[in-house]
Amino acid sequence: MPTFVRTEKCDGCKGQDKTACMYICPHDLMKLDKDGSETGHAMKAFNQEPEQCWECYSCVKICPQGAIEVRHYADIVPLGGSVQPMRGSDSIMWTIKFRNGTLKRFKFPIRTTSEGSINPYGGKPMPKVSELTAPGVFTKEVMGGYRAGKPEELIRRK
Amino acid sequence: MSEGTFGNPKIVQEELDILLIGGGMACCGAGYEIMRWADAVKAETGMELKIKLVDKAAMDRSGAVAQGLSAINTYIGPDQDPADYTRMVSNDLMGITRDDLAYDLGRNVDDSVHLFEEWGLPIWKTDAEGVRHDGAQSIKEGLPLLKDGGKPVRSGKWQIMINGESYKWIVAEAAKKALGLSRIEERIFIVKLVNDKNDPNRIAGAVGFSVRDNTIHIYKAKAVLLAAGGCVNLFRPRSVGEGSGRAWYPVWNAGSTYAMAAEAGAEMTMMENRFVPARFKDGYGPVGAWFLLFKAKAVNAYGEDYMVKNKEMLNDYPPYGQAAVPASCLRNHLMLKEMKDGHGPIYMDTVTAMAKLKETLSPKEVKHLEAEAWEDFLDMCIGQCGIWVGENIEPEKKMSELMPTEPYLLGSHSGCCGIWVSGPEDLGAPTDEEHEDKGKIPAHLPKGWNWGYRSMTTVKGLFTAGDGVGASGHKFSSGSHTEGRLASKAMVKYALDNKDWKVELDTAPEVLAEEIYKPVRNFLEHKDYTTAIDINPHYITPKMLQMRLQKIMDEYVAGVATYYNTNDKMLAVAEEKLEMLKEDAGKMRAKDLHELLRAWENYHRILTAEAHMKHIQFREESRYPGFYYRTDKNFVDEKNWHCFVNSVYDKTTHKWTCFKRKHVDLVDKSKLFKPAAH
Repeated sequence: MPTFVRTEKCDGCKGQDKTACMYICPHDLMKLDKDGSETGHAMKAFNQEPEQCWECYSCVKICPQGAIEVRHYADIVPLGGSVQPMRGSDSIMWTIKFRNGTLKRFKFPIRTTSEGSINPYGGKPMPKVSELTAPGVFTKEVMGGYRAGKPEELIRRK
Repeated sequence: MSEGTFGNPKIVQEELDILLIGGGMACCGAGYEIMRWADAVKAETGMELKIKLVDKAAMDRSGAVAQGLSAINTYIGPDQDPADYTRMVSNDLMGITRDDLAYDLGRNVDDSVHLFEEWGLPIWKTDAEGVRHDGAQSIKEGLPLLKDGGKPVRSGKWQIMINGESYKWIVAEAAKKALGLSRIEERIFIVKLVNDKNDPNRIAGAVGFSVRDNTIHIYKAKAVLLAAGGCVNLFRPRSVGEGSGRAWYPVWNAGSTYAMAAEAGAEMTMMENRFVPARFKDGYGPVGAWFLLFKAKAVNAYGEDYMVKNKEMLNDYPPYGQAAVPASCLRNHLMLKEMKDGHGPIYMDTVTAMAKLKETLSPKEVKHLEAEAWEDFLDMCIGQCGIWVGENIEPEKKMSELMPTEPYLLGSHSGCCGIWVSGPEDLGAPTDEEHEDKGKIPAHLPKGWNWGYRSMTTVKGLFTAGDGVGASGHKFSSGSHTEGRLASKAMVKYALDNKDWKVELDTAPEVLAEEIYKPVRNFLEHKDYTTAIDINPHYITPKMLQMRLQKIMDEYVAGVATYYNTNDKMLAVAEEKLEMLKEDAGKMRAKDLHELLRAWENYHRILTAEAHMKHIQFREESRYPGFYYRTDKNFVDEKNWHCFVNSVYDKTTHKWTCFKRKHVDLVDKSKLFKPAAH
């Protein structure tokens, strides 16, 4: 179900050297047509290989102009429906329109901390090089996730 | 130095201690763990390890979790034992897995899950009354974190529900901060590994190119973590038009991990294994929550529950069919029976399941239930929602079709193909080979299951994690992160132990660059020979090369076209066709950098496919009924084939050598099949 870019909404990320959709697409599908030679629409992005689109919506979610939508796989899906997100800082809102006009809206949380706030080693121990060969990860003592297991389960351990 | 051009790329060389290839869950785990140990090394010895991560995409949305997930499928919890997890992994993969690897993952994986929650991943909780709350609400209501005894919502024995739209974004943020942006290069596609000039069984680095500018990147490194995912689209997919991108596993997983490791000489394991998920038809939406959380049943077109109707068929495969939860392939086996007998379509009976749940719920709870059902798809498989809206399917009103997909190769989900790695040393794993075929194991390969560095392949300095580690499936997202962490500790140790080793590439940089850019050369040299650039006797487009591969695999190596059947004769045909395809890969063209990416991805797919075919050919039984059948050996042969099938590839002769390694249980599997004796 390939993505498509709305001509009147895309601003080519205002002439930066790469667009947000190019930055994010995991499969290198989104491309900025700088001179319009590929699409007839200069300085706008397009999906250069729609049959390789996983419909992961990464570009849809990141586009600052809300210019990207999805027309679901033409070889599978009847026309007329749409599934469109608005991704905020702590939640995502989905608007779902059926072919028959039925509308549904859902809102789900996406993270419980503010973006950019992760302090990866805050409150975490500094390991000793001598512990490199010991089982487990460096946060073993503080994260409460190490499951030692019952020794008798290991039937070959001497 | 001047900028490169398409015809004359710039070569950039860099010398590192440790290179991480990939940006998915495994490499994010590695990046997080490795920098803390590198800091410890610096603090204690003053030595600064040079570390870099390269990703062909952007870490925020790369790898299999790019789209998000609605569940974490591996969380042990305080009440289960890593041995229980190890048993489940073993049975689901028909008895042939490495208990040492599964157990080690099981005892460590919850650490990563607890970190995810600390970093901001919303994890559903159950309160004291048994009511479930989403991950944000549970925090507002003061329910404890998992780390502090919070109760997750289990959608299965090992799975917990999350609000996971931003799962990868969150995990990547922690990894990026740990590494620092100067140690990360995105949009660089690594094409091949390079061995050491003075020791052909040692890694010396890797080479790739930028998909954004005309630059070849050559990295020298003492240790390399290769974690670039599984393999998708090596078989012809069920949808061949626009929908060919709607693979179940991410379409960008191109077998790079397996192909590059094999070419570097690493011993592969269980490459005959595959995963054929039974999923919502065409959209490949997940079924786990429907089965386990909403208690839906899968039925044939006439409403019969085929797992009940055909349950006798499970007795054909003792003991794997007799566990409380039969192996995934056997569940497919029972479904395929209905399809072949003409009782399709197969449906997920969402209507009955929702109606039943509604009987005991308030209207508010019903509304919540509906949202949960939709979120299950919206978090991880939005395409399935696209099909539902296009076909006017509301799950409480209309059932949806299920279908087994085209085969996938992977080592982190419900599959176990991959690379043979060194395991932990404290779990009683064998340290020698004792079986009648041990003489057929090439002499340069290690004996037993550990050889010094956790997660190191049989090539010195080459490590792997996630989809790369073979013979140990069911890691999923959290387990892949954990494996990356375990590998990174061993890599630091390896880099310290080998700090005086002078790395030398076995091939000159100019030769490597020329090899990588060959598809570009093919294009530039021949493009004006014909008037249509896609039709040219001197080159083949990556797209056509891929379609040729998919046709061979589908028709001869047990794809959907033959209901997953193959035999010795069909495999022999495939063998010949794949050899010619591999030769023709040298004639791939690339008209731009995007196509150069596709060209090398498809080369990786071809090698992965060849390994798959050779392993199926070598294993003279049908180990995974429901995933594939060798109709000439249509049985599970515990006497002769309860063993690992491993292989090595010779990059100069282009030949595979397959051999057996003995399987040994480190935990007691009989507990799966009958109550404990006491």
